[in-house]
Amino acid sequence: MLLDPRGPRFAAALTTVVLAVALVTGSGWLVLAQAVVFALTAAHPRLGPYGLVFRAVVAPRLAPPVELEPFAPVRFAQLVGLAFATVGAVGWLAGLPLLGLVATAAALAAAFLNAAFGLCLGCEGYLALRRLTGRPLAARVPLPPR
Amino acid sequence: MQPPRLTGVLVLVAVLAAAGAFGWWRRRRDGRLRVVAPAGDASHRAALAALGVRPGTVTLVQFSAPVCAPCRAARRVLEDVAGRVDGVALLEVGVEEHLDRARELDIWRTPTVLLVDGAGRIVRRAAGVPDRADLLAALAPLTHEVRA
Repeated sequence: MLLDPRGPRFAAALTTVVLAVALVTGSGWLVLAQAVVFALTAAHPRLGPYGLVFRAVVAPRLAPPVELEPFAPVRFAQLVGLAFATVGAVGWLAGLPLLGLVATAAALAAAFLNAAFGLCLGCEGYLALRRLTGRPLAARVPLPPR
Repeated sequence: MQPPRLTGVLVLVAVLAAAGAFGWWRRRRDGRLRVVAPAGDASHRAALAALGVRPGTVTLVQFSAPVCAPCRAARRVLEDVAGRVDGVALLEVGVEEHLDRARELDIWRTPTVLLVDGAGRIVRRAAGVPDRADLLAALAPLTHEVRA
């Protein structure tokens, strides 16, 4: 499965806006909604709501992509985002605002780095995590076509 | 929706400023070829040999992961460079399959590119997508050495 790399970048920009609003308003429900978006996108890239917006509204106005990227790194990033957003939502909604604040801020930093610099923090940290834990995280991630 | 909270606004500004500074710093450093000194460590040489680096050949070793998006860009740069310079071998190593070797060679990020000379020593190392011109410049004296 290959994607137009501008799709995930656009999704990261929307995610940044959503998480920024959530952070300012302290809305656990908004963080939860973002967690659902992460989960849907990780389940299948065609299910991702932001990707849907990109394909319906943004992509037709852009030139065709000059290159495609594999889905595996994008899925991994979505799963990392899902983990942080879930902790954030639980924090806000369970009356632990500090937990909600920290987890939402971490997810926001990652989404912003992806949107502004094309830097995938989760992907960068992947090998470091694997080296430290030695656990086969990638067993659940399909290999990109070579 | 609740009204905006001062803490939230302050955290937002701090996060964006810190992430922006980090992203800018990373972009400047990313892919820079570093000179490895002292070149050649015995354990590194053994690990490289185990990965299939052949003695007498200048080799570009790229460490990649299935979740690594810039690895494809790095591979394109390496293939292009190998196409321009005679006698340069390419070797792509999946860190997933070679986690122990990645530990031995102190690889923390993908892509990481090692430039190994004909004597099996690591002479350059780049974390991130290396610059084509930098790689060509680093290769020039080495490939000359091998041919002579």
